[in-house]
Amino acid sequence: MKISEAWLKARVPLTHSADALAEQLTMAGLEVDAVEPIHAGFSDVVVAELVEVEPHPDADKLRVCRVDAGDGGELLQIVCGAPNARKGLKSALAKVGGRLPGGMKIKKAKLRGVASTGMLCSGRELELDGDAAGIIELPADAPVGMDVAELLGLSDHVIDVDLTPNRGDCFSVLGVARELAALNDTDTTPPETSPVRATVTDTFPVKLDAPDACPRFAGRVLRGIRPDARSPLWLVERLRRAGVRSIDPVVDVTNYVMLELGQPLHAYDLAKLDGHIAVRLAAPNEKLVLLDGREIALDPDMLVIADARGPVGLAGVMGGEGSGVTDATVDVFLEGAHFAPHAIAGRARRLGLHTDASVRFERGVDPQLPALAVEYAARLILDIAGGDAGPTEVTEAVKHLPAREPVSLRRARLARLLGVTLPDAEVQRIFMRLGMAVETIDEGWRVTPPSHRFDIAIEEDLVEEVARIHGYDAIPRTPEQATMRILAATETRLPLARVRHALVDRGWQEAITYSFVDDALQQRFLPGTEAIALSNPISSEMNVMRMSLWPGLSQAAADNVARQQGRVRLFECGHCFERTADGVCEPGRVAGIALGNARPEQWDLPDRAVDFYDAKADVEALLALGGPGREARFVADSHPALHPGQSARVECDGAAVGWLGTLHPELARWLDLSGAPVVFELDLAAVQQAVVPWQQPVSRFPAVRRDLAVLVAEDMPVDAVVSCAREAAGTLLHALRVFDVYRGPKLESGSKSIALGLILQASSRTLTDADVEQCTDAVVAALQQTLGARIRD
Amino acid sequence: MESLDALLADARKAVAGSTDLVALDEVRVRFLGKKGELTAQLKALGTLPAEERPGAGQRINAAKRQLQADIEARRVLLEREMLERSLAAEAIDVTLPGRGEHVGGLHPVTRTLERVESLFRQAGFEVRHGPEIEDDFHNFTALNIPDDHPARAMHDTFYFPDGTLLRTHTSPVQIRAMLDSGVPIRLIAPGRVYRCDSDQTHTPMFHQVEGLVVDRDISFANLKEVLYGFVAAFFEREVELRFRPSYFPFTEPSAEVDVLSEHGKWLEILGCGMVHPNVLRSAGVDPEAYTGYAFGMGVQRLTMLRYGVTDLRTFFENDLRFLRQFA
Repeated sequence: MKISEAWLKARVPLTHSADALAEQLTMAGLEVDAVEPIHAGFSDVVVAELVEVEPHPDADKLRVCRVDAGDGGELLQIVCGAPNARKGLKSALAKVGGRLPGGMKIKKAKLRGVASTGMLCSGRELELDGDAAGIIELPADAPVGMDVAELLGLSDHVIDVDLTPNRGDCFSVLGVARELAALNDTDTTPPETSPVRATVTDTFPVKLDAPDACPRFAGRVLRGIRPDARSPLWLVERLRRAGVRSIDPVVDVTNYVMLELGQPLHAYDLAKLDGHIAVRLAAPNEKLVLLDGREIALDPDMLVIADARGPVGLAGVMGGEGSGVTDATVDVFLEGAHFAPHAIAGRARRLGLHTDASVRFERGVDPQLPALAVEYAARLILDIAGGDAGPTEVTEAVKHLPAREPVSLRRARLARLLGVTLPDAEVQRIFMRLGMAVETIDEGWRVTPPSHRFDIAIEEDLVEEVARIHGYDAIPRTPEQATMRILAATETRLPLARVRHALVDRGWQEAITYSFVDDALQQRFLPGTEAIALSNPISSEMNVMRMSLWPGLSQAAADNVARQQGRVRLFECGHCFERTADGVCEPGRVAGIALGNARPEQWDLPDRAVDFYDAKADVEALLALGGPGREARFVADSHPALHPGQSARVECDGAAVGWLGTLHPELARWLDLSGAPVVFELDLAAVQQAVVPWQQPVSRFPAVRRDLAVLVAEDMPVDAVVSCAREAAGTLLHALRVFDVYRGPKLESGSKSIALGLILQASSRTLTDADVEQCTDAVVAALQQTLGARIRD
Repeated sequence: MESLDALLADARKAVAGSTDLVALDEVRVRFLGKKGELTAQLKALGTLPAEERPGAGQRINAAKRQLQADIEARRVLLEREMLERSLAAEAIDVTLPGRGEHVGGLHPVTRTLERVESLFRQAGFEVRHGPEIEDDFHNFTALNIPDDHPARAMHDTFYFPDGTLLRTHTSPVQIRAMLDSGVPIRLIAPGRVYRCDSDQTHTPMFHQVEGLVVDRDISFANLKEVLYGFVAAFFEREVELRFRPSYFPFTEPSAEVDVLSEHGKWLEILGCGMVHPNVLRSAGVDPEAYTGYAFGMGVQRLTMLRYGVTDLRTFFENDLRFLRQFA
């Protein structure tokens, strides 16, 4: 909310600078976003009266004016192109030597041969408003020769207050003034809102059909206003500084009163209302065309203002088209109503509206204001546009008006919540300054908030009021007195940081990608799956929740390739989102994508593209973090995102925990990823699972190694050979290494040679040659019989 | 015995002239071997008259010892020379880069999160997590934000067709933790949160750390102390803080906290307050028996202030040239 410093100071007698006021407000909970000076961005611009206006001899659109700028009766000749330049008009003259906003200096000039000694200015040229249609029209009583900056009171500031939703009472100049008065121990100077005498008897009937939603309605008929009246400059200026455009006197006054008092008003063209006004809930299938021209379907919980024909306004949000005042309106019906926050809240948002009225009513408007605001508005309208006022009629359902119940504050509770004991007198003083009625009781105080406060319902609300006015900065800092406890920390689950750091230490760079991805992209990785779709995605590239970290990481990798990064190793840890029978689950995953060189470019190592086995080492390392007791297996299996011949389902302790493979070449090409990126994705729960170690004795006896070269069919997985050998070797086998795989012309086609290293050791004795031979023989026999292997000599 | 002297002189000359161990060994064999020239002299002792033998024997042995000492000294010298030659030959350019993988790096947001977690762990806070797809109860209602509450407008919420939503803050973890574990409780809850908002100063996803302490007599003064302590530890300097009254439906009193930047500007880093009694009740805690404070801070904001990141949007662009600066 934008507030003019000058307007504010008219309502509270303070002499602080705008910055000092802003600081006070911010520290009291009314955060000031900005303090902007209202600059006169111009100099030497004075009020001038156009005494003569003649056509330019050589240009159709120009006129030659002789103006009185207060220089002792000497008239200046000004050439001007404005259509509204006319005899008798008072406007703003930039004199020779003066400057316009933007730095333009005014010089003597000749326009089509006619001398011009100055420039008559439009509102836009002076940066007062956007009006460039003609020269600025100043009031007839503006003193000729007066500095325009002085006339407009341009040494002001606009204070932009960012109000929190609980402080609807501060949604006005008077509300902010009230807050400043409380902070500075002074009183506000309210505007003149005493009743305006009725000079005609006209009234318009009002019915409250939903009294809990609208318990009070002040209405007043104004007759015979001058449709050609114009809002005076002071009014236009105050509105402008509050960010509101001047429209016509009646609308300007309703806006002005709302800005000053906080009570939204609505002005109807009386001639367009039919029969009566009813404030009621919308009937089924009712529609309304709003002021902005939009037709809306009304929900049954929406409160409307209706006449005999139907809705003429959405109560507390926006008026309807066709019933509001126009520049032809002569008779006006003024509405000042109290709408309960619960009847307004959410409705505007549902319709995509956010109006000055709705933000105020949603937060709560002082129920005492309707009649005062109507009086104030009537006074201003009659002053500006003439006319006669009928009597103010207040229709109300008193039992539905918000009551202010007293709230108790216990002295002990205050001290316990704040951590400091304040003197009783200080607490009492704070409440009084805030306009609250205070009664002392044994445990503390019973406090009744004023009618404008909608945010004081429980003890804690009073605690905040005390703390806020006392000052948060004045509350001490005190270390907690808490029970010391050692927190449980299981060793069977690795910290996530351990997983991340393992990858970082192995050369991976962590990425964070959005949890929502492009459904089309994700479908490329997981065709046929149904992702959880957002109802209101921010864009189609972020419309579904990710089911895998691969789409985001692949996109990030592609972006980096586009940034000339040839070698990419990106990983991410985070939630994925999947449907389950009874809702959704969010498995944590860790995934990576590697592309480009297997190793950083180095003078001694040959360049080689990263492949399956490079990433496999990282996956094995991750699954080994939990301890040597965990068994990881890689089972050839197909995945739609992976190369069918280079993909493995990863199993750990017998359960499927993820995937490792080369990205499917078609997918890689689609993503603009050249080469063969390798990706992995594992369930974090599996990676983080750990075994608490239990030491086994280390054998004191020497180990013996026997190497075997085994010929097997080309497509035989090494895993089968290793399992078979392991099983046959029995308990003497300490370790088994695969130290070579050979294919080549020396072997018969369709076969490969696998070199196994058996490391044998016993825990209680030195092995004899016979032991070793027996064990190797058993392995050889098993390989021959089970797998049809042959032993190479 | 002139022949012995001449022989020794010859032998010593030969030793001194040998330039490698093989040549030196040849000299040894020539003079001291089984068929060596000096050995021959010893063997010839028997031909001397008995009375000359002891004297001749002594002289020959002395010559032999002399020669052995020469050979040993020469061997040591040659070996050292050889070692030095081979060391010189093995010298490498130590300035060439090493072989193997470079170290990677954490995302700066993770770096901040890990630091925040470790600081609060020291103070006895446990780290809790919650789901990112939340229901209305945990994200709003239990946090004292009923339907149609104006505060809902401050949370531009992503919804799913079934009415669930992406959590707009980490505060629902407060509720889940209290319902799960009861009180007293001291926790932080870091994680991703989502708001339907995207421009220069907003990304639709960002990170928060929630903090919650509920115990018998927790006060606003305690909250101030813990936040001053955290901020000073995090930035490694005494930082001036400003507690401003503010409004959150789930705390009362509520505050926003600004830090004074090195450029003298106040920058908002977190929101906090005393847990609202309705929130405690939603989590099954009696607000008369227990009080508590809660805070929520923006991890991106902390990261920007700590590491000089200037554009919020860079956090999720995953540009390696950006990420590598935080290894």
